[in-house]
Amino acid sequence: MILAVDTSLGTAVALIDADGALRSEANTTDPLGHAEVIGDLLVQALDAAGPGEVTHVVAGMGPGPFTGLRIGIAAARTFALGRGVPVIAVPSHHAAALTALGTGSGPFAIVTDARRREVAITVFDGTDADGIPHVSADTVLVPAVEADAHLDGIRRIDVAALSAADLARVGARAHAAGRVLAGEEPLYLRHPDVVLPGAPKRVGL
Amino acid sequence: MNEPLVLGIETSCDETGIGIVRGRTLLSNMIASSMDEHARYGGVVPEVAARAHLEALQPSIDAALAEAGVSLHDLDAVAVTSGPGLAGALMVGVGAAKGLAVSLGKPLYAVNHLVGHIAADILTPESEPLEYPTVALLVSGGHTSLLHVRDLTTDVELLGETMDDAAGEAFDKVARLLSLPYPGGPEIDRAAADGDPDAIRFPRGLSKASDLAKHRYDFSFSGLKTAVARWVERCEADGIPVPVADVAASFREAVVDVLVTKALAACTDLGVPRLLLGGGVIANRRLREVALSRAAAAGVTVRIPPLSLCTDNGAMIAALAAELISSGRRPSTLAFGADSTLPVTEIQVAERLAEAS
Ligand SMILES: [Zn+2]
Repeated sequence: MILAVDTSLGTAVALIDADGALRSEANTTDPLGHAEVIGDLLVQALDAAGPGEVTHVVAGMGPGPFTGLRIGIAAARTFALGRGVPVIAVPSHHAAALTALGTGSGPFAIVTDARRREVAITVFDGTDADGIPHVSADTVLVPAVEADAHLDGIRRIDVAALSAADLARVGARAHAAGRVLAGEEPLYLRHPDVVLPGAPKRVGL
Repeated sequence: MNEPLVLGIETSCDETGIGIVRGRTLLSNMIASSMDEHARYGGVVPEVAARAHLEALQPSIDAALAEAGVSLHDLDAVAVTSGPGLAGALMVGVGAAKGLAVSLGKPLYAVNHLVGHIAADILTPESEPLEYPTVALLVSGGHTSLLHVRDLTTDVELLGETMDDAAGEAFDKVARLLSLPYPGGPEIDRAAADGDPDAIRFPRGLSKASDLAKHRYDFSFSGLKTAVARWVERCEADGIPVPVADVAASFREAVVDVLVTKALAACTDLGVPRLLLGGGVIANRRLREVALSRAAAAGVTVRIPPLSLCTDNGAMIAALAAELISSGRRPSTLAFGADSTLPVTEIQVAERLAEAS
């Protein structure tokens, strides 16, 4: 079985068989509270999946609000550590793209909220030879009001919840093909928001 | 379970701490710090700290297991800091602890960071066991708290805390005023070495009779920082070089004086002749010296855990959980989160209800 965990939007956990068949899913669409629910959702999904060994853990690497995103990645990594199995890192938009592939043809854009009046956009076009959604334009952050102009007619799919089962399927296909879809670092897309200190403020005599 | 084997995860500030204990025996204390990454900003940047925690967690767990010579499957429980601390930083640890506990099918204990600092003291086998009650003074870049500890696992009371900056933060800010690098504590210490601590009489926060009525055990360092800033500006306005050594020594003396005076006042008021020191600022030699000499004069015994257990670490979190387990406490549910303002009275968070028999 392959376990997938994603906290880039809500909190999503799923287990699939090696052939991609769904074993179980547990999720909430709440964009907050990932730390509170992640443990119980893992237990629910594992209980519902029935007997079988987890062979891989797929971690959704974002993009997504940083604080929540890290919780799922941390949990995926330590879960894998506890079971002595590898982690497969997958960009979260790939899961949404796999879900969306059945809904039409031609290029389409996965659009998720990136906070601060920006959205994260990845453009996909079909699947590649390994059955993985094909990225035709890498993930970028765009001001929300400029998103339509940026997409210039490409079909737009706004996503507020991810299928962890599809995340697991993308991870399984990438692993089978020996491909690496994401690095160790989450897809933050922004630098930490800090300014270098200037001279100390004067307090006045 | 008398000597539970516990792995503790601590991510409340800029230290990723993984510790492993067996009961009161320390087996490993791995600390990865992101301090260098904060240096250019002059203080801990929460997002930078949280990113560093995620990176450091797994290597730190691996290193701690190797040092302790145990495997994850040997563990009796996993422990984690639920709060207080930086919310985004705490959440990395909470996510990791839950993933690990569920994966291993082991109980999880969510505990209080400040009480963890007290628990650090029980990991010092060569010294007599900690006696209760004790007053505890915890001083770091993130907190400045005075506690009355009647029992480590059941009864800790907050006597007072800082109303504004933590003492460690005050050191960082004053270091900047004096153009000294971050972190300020060791830099101020170095600069103060040749200075006269009595050269400048900087204010002692919340120490006037009128303040003591309401804030007897509370601290405030922002007025002191402003006083130092004024002093430096006056030197500049008068065109004379800032006497850095004297300013550093006098500032440090003001901080140390307030900390020790209030801690010993608590000992006297409560009739408790024991004082436990904890937190990273305890590394400050002058603070330890003044605390030891004035406590001796007051007939108060001082305990100071080794510095590697004073700074934030996972071993103290594991030690607190081991004590909770030994005293028969049930594990936490999986439903807790990070609580950046967790009160010190909540020693364990979300203890599971007793099963109906
Ligand atoms: Zn601390």
